[in-house]
Amino acid sequence: MNRIYLDHAATSPVHPQVIEKLIETLGQAYGNPSSIHATGREARKLLDHAREQLSLSIGAKEQDIILTSGGTEADNLAIFGTAYARNKEGKHIITTQIEHHAVMHACEKLEKEGFEVTYLPVNQKGRISIEDFKHELRDDTILVTIMLGNNEVGTIQPIEEIGEILKNHPASFHTDAVQAYGLLPILVDDLNVDLLSVSSHKINGPKGIGFLYQRKGTKLYPQLFGGQQERKRRAGTENVPSVLAFAEAVSITQQTMKEKQKLYNQFKETMISIFSQENLAFNINGDNEDTLPHILNVSFQGTDVESLLVNLDMSGLSVSSGSACTAGSIDPSHVLVAMFGENANKLRNSIRFSFGYGVTLEDVREAATRTAHVVKRLVK
Amino acid sequence: MQQLKSPAETRVVVGMSGGVDSSVAAHLLKEQGYDVIGIFMKNWDDTDENGFCTATEDYDDVIKVCNQIGIPYYAVNFEKQYWDKVFTYFLEEYKAGRTPNPDVMCNKEIKFKAFLEHAISLGADYLATGHYAQVKEVNGETQLLRGLDNNKDQTYFLNQLSQDQLSKVMFPIGHLEKKLVREIASDAGLATATKKDSTGICFIGERNFKEFLSQYLPAQPGDMVTMDGQKMGRHDGLMYYTIGQRHGLGIGGAGDPWFVLGKNLENNELLVGQNIHHEALFSDQLTAVNMSFTTNEVKENKFTCTAKFRYRQEDVKVEVELTDHNGAIVTFAEPVRAITPGQAVVLYDGEVCLGGGTIDTVLKQGKKLTYVG
Repeated sequence: MNRIYLDHAATSPVHPQVIEKLIETLGQAYGNPSSIHATGREARKLLDHAREQLSLSIGAKEQDIILTSGGTEADNLAIFGTAYARNKEGKHIITTQIEHHAVMHACEKLEKEGFEVTYLPVNQKGRISIEDFKHELRDDTILVTIMLGNNEVGTIQPIEEIGEILKNHPASFHTDAVQAYGLLPILVDDLNVDLLSVSSHKINGPKGIGFLYQRKGTKLYPQLFGGQQERKRRAGTENVPSVLAFAEAVSITQQTMKEKQKLYNQFKETMISIFSQENLAFNINGDNEDTLPHILNVSFQGTDVESLLVNLDMSGLSVSSGSACTAGSIDPSHVLVAMFGENANKLRNSIRFSFGYGVTLEDVREAATRTAHVVKRLVK
Repeated sequence: MQQLKSPAETRVVVGMSGGVDSSVAAHLLKEQGYDVIGIFMKNWDDTDENGFCTATEDYDDVIKVCNQIGIPYYAVNFEKQYWDKVFTYFLEEYKAGRTPNPDVMCNKEIKFKAFLEHAISLGADYLATGHYAQVKEVNGETQLLRGLDNNKDQTYFLNQLSQDQLSKVMFPIGHLEKKLVREIASDAGLATATKKDSTGICFIGERNFKEFLSQYLPAQPGDMVTMDGQKMGRHDGLMYYTIGQRHGLGIGGAGDPWFVLGKNLENNELLVGQNIHHEALFSDQLTAVNMSFTTNEVKENKFTCTAKFRYRQEDVKVEVELTDHNGAIVTFAEPVRAITPGQAVVLYDGEVCLGGGTIDTVLKQGKKLTYVG
């Protein structure tokens, strides 16, 4: 039985061209970009080129890119960095109830330190309301951090509209674009964001690398101290081979974005139509329209997620129940809680399929059929 | 029956605790060619302020062992069921002045019920655990037999299992001595080979029992008195003491050590006396409730067999008379010391564990000993 990997939102396979790039540069670009000699200069040149590729992918400038160890660090740097740089101006932060833990737990930590955080609610489709946002925005709000596309249900937030509102407000505007990057065209000037997080391993790049976009002039207090790398915003010798491989993944992703959108939407439709044909009792969690193309979150009535996931794994399907979590934890998804309330059955019977590089229509059909088989057996 | 399937076609879910016994159970089944899946059950969350949680540590060990053996592993959460079915009972019993046995209840309601159902939902033919007990099929019936290692035998805790449950159970290490289990683990290089055995009640672990219980039940300190009413000191709350207990009384002075003889719930008094063989500690009969049998049928309403009244005690010859509403009157061939209401009375016919119940009242020469519950 062939294994079908439909958990690309958790992490994705590394693209063969990226692997090639990584191997090539591991051997060659070993110099320290800060060194004054030729070996260092060679590494610096490659790094600068890669950084430029990263910046162009979001319509930014090279110097706006702060390389980090990944999405979590980028989110943490944006949130703590802003809070500590601007705490004299105010202590109010606005975020949502459906952020990734890298944002949510960072905000909770700041609350313990005396900051005041507003967690915007979402509707049943997983979207915040602009009215709520306007209502909560205050003169002492120093940071607004709202994700672009949700990692569990895929819902896209009205970032552009919020950016528009914040044009006349001094708060820094951060968006966690980790899950949306590579699948939606992103231009920082269109979104009017000041800070934006991206991770490499979600787009077929290596793990352990990502970046934070920082608009010129946006105040940010560093979180790592040491050398002068990243213009003193993030100390530590640059992970040159990973950055180059990341840039390679970005370049592939930019070229294939349109066809991926089309393909993944087709995958979604296929899965849904097979579930319907098989007469399963199911609901789609999220929004049918303003949503990330690669995420499909489904609630199967009458099943239990713990047993469902194990059964799917045993039938060769790698899927998950939302954000990767520590096993044995029953904390229901905070995203689904925000959407449906604490007592909804959907908290206990929803799973996430997510598509990505290498998945074929045939795989999707097969996965849907196997899922239907398992669900039928469990529901009885 | 199911045995017609070859091991490779037989799926066995092993309940893995992260200890050496269940590790070896999984290892042996895998070696025998079964389709083995390791599952860790999380029943209790004890995460402390530093983020330390015993369950996380134990699950890490399960992961290591399963990767060594080459089997898939998962976790399942029964915190809610455990709280409702085991912990609530545990507290209620203490409130009623009895000494509950949560392990018996956990096996009955969680491990061999909720967890067994979960295993079956995963297509398992059997559920295996690292208990020191054995099952044997005789004339289409599954017998529950004592573990070979007499010192480790755990049938006492399994007495409430029904024939239906037993027919779906495997105890892969029940025929082994503990020492050999450790050797097998060590030879196989399993990560848990030298891991210390867990002690005490699982959700309390190494923590102070008094402190733990006081978080859930208000303690009412009172007097410690002798059988003839002489005040000997103060106790911290009746629930902290068990019949026959010697340590922790804090009665000084010369002479023989002091023991807990009983509890007077009405006056909140702890009854104490000197001499380990104090006559008040002895009884010759008990009544039990919630009697349950491992076999399909019980032959007669009155029969003789042997019984244990606490874990690791020598068997005592008894006569059992079954009464209405799953009750029983158990009469001992000789007086027995420190029978404790709330604990299990477990019946044996030779090596076969017949079943058991919960000790309700204790009698001597036909009179109920009111001071023990």
